[in-house]
Amino acid sequence: MNDADELVSRNWTTRFRRRVTGVVPRGQWLPDRQPAYVSSWIYVFGVVTLAAFLVVLASGIALAVGGSAWWHTSAFGHFLNSMHLWSVEIFFAAMVIHLWGKFFMAAWRGRRALTWITGAVAFLGSIGTAFTGYLSQSNFDSQWISTQAKDGLNAVGVGAFFNVLNPAQMLLWHIVLLPVVVGALVVAHVVLVRRHGVVPPIDAHPPIVAVRLPEAESSGGGEEVRAFEAITDVRTTVRITAESRPEHTP
Amino acid sequence: MTSLISRPRARRHDDTPDSHLFPTREYDLVKEFVVAFAVVLGLTLLLAAVFSSPDRRAITLRSWAAAAPNDVVATATAELAGTSASATYGPPYNSAADGQQIGPVPLAKWIGVHVPINSAYDLVITPLRQQTGDPALASAVRQWQATPPAQRTKQAQAYADALAAVPGGNPRRVSAGSYGPVPELAGGLLRLARSGGLDSALTPESSFYAADQTKALLLLSDGAYLENQARAENLGGDQWGMMNEVGNYPGQPWMWLYTFWYQIEPFSSSGNADALVWGLMVLLSLGFVFLPYLPGVRSLPRYLGVHRLIWRSYRATAASRERPR
Repeated sequence: MNDADELVSRNWTTRFRRRVTGVVPRGQWLPDRQPAYVSSWIYVFGVVTLAAFLVVLASGIALAVGGSAWWHTSAFGHFLNSMHLWSVEIFFAAMVIHLWGKFFMAAWRGRRALTWITGAVAFLGSIGTAFTGYLSQSNFDSQWISTQAKDGLNAVGVGAFFNVLNPAQMLLWHIVLLPVVVGALVVAHVVLVRRHGVVPPIDAHPPIVAVRLPEAESSGGGEEVRAFEAITDVRTTVRITAESRPEHTP
Repeated sequence: MTSLISRPRARRHDDTPDSHLFPTREYDLVKEFVVAFAVVLGLTLLLAAVFSSPDRRAITLRSWAAAAPNDVVATATAELAGTSASATYGPPYNSAADGQQIGPVPLAKWIGVHVPINSAYDLVITPLRQQTGDPALASAVRQWQATPPAQRTKQAQAYADALAAVPGGNPRRVSAGSYGPVPELAGGLLRLARSGGLDSALTPESSFYAADQTKALLLLSDGAYLENQARAENLGGDQWGMMNEVGNYPGQPWMWLYTFWYQIEPFSSSGNADALVWGLMVLLSLGFVFLPYLPGVRSLPRYLGVHRLIWRSYRATAASRERPR
C-alpha cells in the first residue's frame, strides 16, 4: 500500500462512502431490468404496500397540521381521517398478501434472512402503530380500546411504562416514535431487496455462464472455460467442444 | 447444457443461486411505483368519499351521568368499598393483587406499581373534596375521612348490597341502613358528574395542560355503561371485538390471531388469559420473525407447492428453452 492509498484508507469520509456505495451492487439501485422470473402479479404487492405506506404518511401528516382533535369538527379534517383509515386498510391488505407471497416463495433463501426479518418486524411495528392510532382518535373507539388493551399490557408489565389510558403518550408514539422505527425498517427492507435482488424460484438454476479464460485461447481441440453454476462459489472446470459452446454469455 | 456441469458432491444447506446470474427482462420500477401510487391514492379517495370513517363521540362523565345515573352511583360505591375493577386491580395501579402470571412468573408484580391509583380517594373523595358550596357533601367527606378504614369498607359494602337488591339499582328505593356517609358521597359524585365538573376534576392537579385520562377512563370502565355500549357495537372481547369497529366499518382484521386465542380454552376461562395470550403471541411473533432459521417451517413452502403457481410462466418459458431442438 502506498502513502496515498494509506491516506485514503484512513479517511473516514472515504471509508464511509465506500461502505454506503457498496451496500447495493453497482447498477442495482434502480435497475431497468429484472430477472426473467419476476413475472407474476404477486410481485406488485410489495410496491403497493410501499405506495400505501406513503399515502398513510401523507394523510397522517395532513391530519397533524391541524392538531389532534380538529378533525372531529371539520368536514375536511374528517375526510382526511377517512383517507388515513382507508389507506391503512389498503396498506395492511397489500402487506399481508406480500407477506404470504414471500412465504410461499421462501424468500429468505440465498442469504435473504435479514430481508425477511426487517419485513416481519416492520409488519409487527405497523400493527403497533395502527393500535396507537386507534388510541389517539379521542373518541369512543379510543375509550373502549384503551380500557380493554390495558389489561393485556398490564398483565405482562408493559403497562407500567406504556400507559394506553394516556392519550398524549399514545399520540406521540403514533406520530413520532413508531413511524420513525417503521420507516427505518421499510428503508432497510427495500435496500436489502436491492442488495440481494429478487429471490430466484425454488430449485431453479441459471443458464451456464461461460467466461473465456486468457490461457485457454492457445489451447487446441477445444476451449477451456470456467463455468459458473447456480452459486458463484461452485466452480467446475469443464472442457466443451465448439458445438456445445454455451449460447448465453453475459 | 447443464448436463455438462458436474454437480458439487456435497450440497450446501442453502444453494440458492445469485439472482444476478439469471437472464433478465426489461422492468420499469419507477413506472410500476407511480402507477401503484396513483391506484392506491385513487382507491383511498374513493373509499373515503363513499364510506367516510366512524367517529362516535367520546362518552363524557357528564353524558354517562345523564344516561345511566344509577350506574354512576353503583360505581362510586364500589370504589369506596374497594370492590371495583380498578380498586382490586394490582400492578401497575396498586398492590391490591399480584396481577396475572405466566406460569410461575408474575411479570406485573415484579415490575410493580408505576401508575399509583387509590380508587376511593383518587376517583371519588379527592374530586368531591375540591367542591365548594355543598355543606352536606363537605360534611360527608369529613365524616368519611374520620371513619376507620374497616368501618368505611363495611358501610360502603352494605350500601352496594342494598343498591344491588333494588330494581335498576335505584338509590331512591334503597331502604335505610348503616351506610354512613356513603350515599351522600355517591350521590355527590353523581351531581358533580351531571354538572360536567367530574371530567376536569379527574385530570392531574399538577398540570394546566392535563392530557392524561387514566383516572377518568378507569372510573368509566369500572362502571357497566361503557361495556354495555361497546357490546351493543359488537366490540366485546368474546365478540372478536379487537377486530371490530363501531358501525359496519372494517376494524383491525390483522388482530385476528391475537383475539382468536381469547375465544378458546384454556384462555377463555383462565384468570391469567391476558398474560398467557401475550406470552403465546410473543413466542409466535419471534417464530414469525426468525422463521428463516426454523427447521421444518422454513422448508414448508417447498412442499406446499404454491411457488409453482407463482413462477409457472417462468418455468414454462425455461422448460421450452431447455427442450432439445
